[in-house]
Amino acid sequence: MTRLKMVRAICEAFDEELERDPSVCLFGEDVGEFGGVFSTSARLQKRYGARRVFDTPLSEAAIIGMAVGAAMTGLRPIAEIMYLDFITVAVDPLVNQAAKLRSMSGGQAKLPLVIFTQCGAGTSEAAQHSQCLEAWFAHVPGLKVVMPATVADAKGLLKASIRDDNPVLYIWHKLLYDLKEEVPEGELLVPLGKAAVRRAGSDLTLVATSLMVHRAAAAADALTEEIDVELIDLRSIVPWDVETVLGSVRKTGRLLVVHEANTQFGVGAEIVRRVTEEAFSSLRCAPVVHGGAAAPIPFAHVLESAAVPQQETIMAAARRMLSGGQSTRVSALLDKPAVAPNPQLIGTKFDGLR
Amino acid sequence: MIDVSKEEALQLLRVMYAIRAFELRMQAIFRKRTEAGQSVGALHSCEGQEAVAAGVGACLRRDDYQFSTHRGHGHAIAKGLDLKRMAAEMLGKATGCSRGRGGSMHLFDLEIGLMGGNGIVGGGLPLALGTAFSARYRGTDQVTVCYFGEGAASQGAAHESINAAAVHQLPIVYVCENNLYAATTHVRQNCPVENIADRAAAYGIPGRVIDGNDVLAVRRAVAEAVARARQGGGPTLLECKTYRHRPHCMVIPEHRPAEERNAWKGRDPIRRFEEQLCGENAAARDELERLAADVERELAEAIDFAERSPDPDPQTVCQWVWAD
Repeated sequence: MTRLKMVRAICEAFDEELERDPSVCLFGEDVGEFGGVFSTSARLQKRYGARRVFDTPLSEAAIIGMAVGAAMTGLRPIAEIMYLDFITVAVDPLVNQAAKLRSMSGGQAKLPLVIFTQCGAGTSEAAQHSQCLEAWFAHVPGLKVVMPATVADAKGLLKASIRDDNPVLYIWHKLLYDLKEEVPEGELLVPLGKAAVRRAGSDLTLVATSLMVHRAAAAADALTEEIDVELIDLRSIVPWDVETVLGSVRKTGRLLVVHEANTQFGVGAEIVRRVTEEAFSSLRCAPVVHGGAAAPIPFAHVLESAAVPQQETIMAAARRMLSGGQSTRVSALLDKPAVAPNPQLIGTKFDGLR
Repeated sequence: MIDVSKEEALQLLRVMYAIRAFELRMQAIFRKRTEAGQSVGALHSCEGQEAVAAGVGACLRRDDYQFSTHRGHGHAIAKGLDLKRMAAEMLGKATGCSRGRGGSMHLFDLEIGLMGGNGIVGGGLPLALGTAFSARYRGTDQVTVCYFGEGAASQGAAHESINAAAVHQLPIVYVCENNLYAATTHVRQNCPVENIADRAAAYGIPGRVIDGNDVLAVRRAVAEAVARARQGGGPTLLECKTYRHRPHCMVIPEHRPAEERNAWKGRDPIRRFEEQLCGENAAARDELERLAADVERELAEAIDFAERSPDPDPQTVCQWVWAD
């Protein structure tokens, strides 16, 4: 085991796959010479040359389009979109082209490409640099979506995404930039579509994604005396691990989904739909989704913190579900910005760009 | 002046005949089906624009890449798509080149570098960067041709793509088919300069305006641009001035002035080339008639194959969404 920062683990994944497979190439804004604004491709151009790791014009549609065309010819391109928010100006090549080309060509085309990007609130970068848009893309047949929460998964999921023959949207969270954890030595592949049970429990199934896995873990620890939480890190949004979640809910009878993206029409809604359809009789109370507020992410830190789930709001949601109270709706929690920034919350330290 | 061999000239004419015949037959079939209340989708005819596709196709190798548009039947025929599989796709049959998933706007044959049409105006431009990049990455001299219309020239993706191609000096030949109308909007409402090709200067690449109804002029200009791209000289922007004989698609009524339509019909690319060939004694009328009859026979077989082919199995609706 070695202890690595998430950015370092990501860089290792790129390095290993570039080394292993000559059809892998990596490009995007500031990716080549500078090594990525988050250092996720540091020194890779030096190592592999500007043929394989290079800078592009500031043109997201051209970047993703280039990846799509290259993938159609058998390369395994990785296109970096610096912020997930910026993907909105390049939705056509991803949604209308990459996701549909295999079907539209009657199975002729293969699209082994990765869109590598980062998401999330917590750095006061306001509404256009903080979004979690995974649900948009999870809704599109033909796109896979992964969101690592741990350093080992950041590496293992990235390597598996690069080897996948489908378009994969890989989203890491900017607040996990400095997260340092143990990573197994040697080849590390985390299969897409497999969730990880981070903590076993019997009272409540708590499904979380990305940064929220850490906040949910802190909430579960703090609740130890009251509620025995089973925490599932979803890891992969499409495909998602239905069996692991269903198995857990059949055991606990309660389902709480926590994600940073706003609750409406989100990933949590889909998980609740599936569980309700397939394990209704196991449910002891209404399933709950605790997501972000239905508002653009604000700039001021107190507002920003209030816009996304925090340890305290997750704990409150879990308590309500176990209290047998009249209402398990947690949206009321987000009506007033009651949560002050908690220095113990994981990853709130952020050094900015390098 | 005819600057190609007789064999090449007849091949150019053969491709133009095939495109014209295909378009006329498809219109008849679609009209009949529409009258019978069957759902047939949109049909964007390229009748009148045959010289562009034929001239471009003549300059490409089988392994060169080609991205097409929503009006792409001619492009597909000129690149060598099998007429049987093409006709079957048009009719949504299981034997179609895209197994009934694509239809008129999504004709694919990756074996011959036919990377598909596109239902999104300008959608092919970003993708063409990728095949061109890939060719250079793999050390081949394959060229990518990217068709688009003068309407697509107003898309942001067009600017992003041509700019990126110029920055990376990618082997792409951009072929803008300027048929004057984006659906019903005249190019004057779409473009403030006289020629789309003039924009090449802004990217520091060569740009040329071509009479798109003169198949030999198209062939000459494309051959030069393809040679430059193959030798590492980077992208070229060619603008072919042309005109479609039909409205935007079958569900939009004709709106263009009759004088304009008649004037352009007088410049029909097929009649012009026939007259040139016969006028310069490069071919005899009866030779051309035999060629046209050959093409008709081949097309009749393709349509027959398509009509006799089975529909796709509804059980396969989710097939080929994912690569396993």
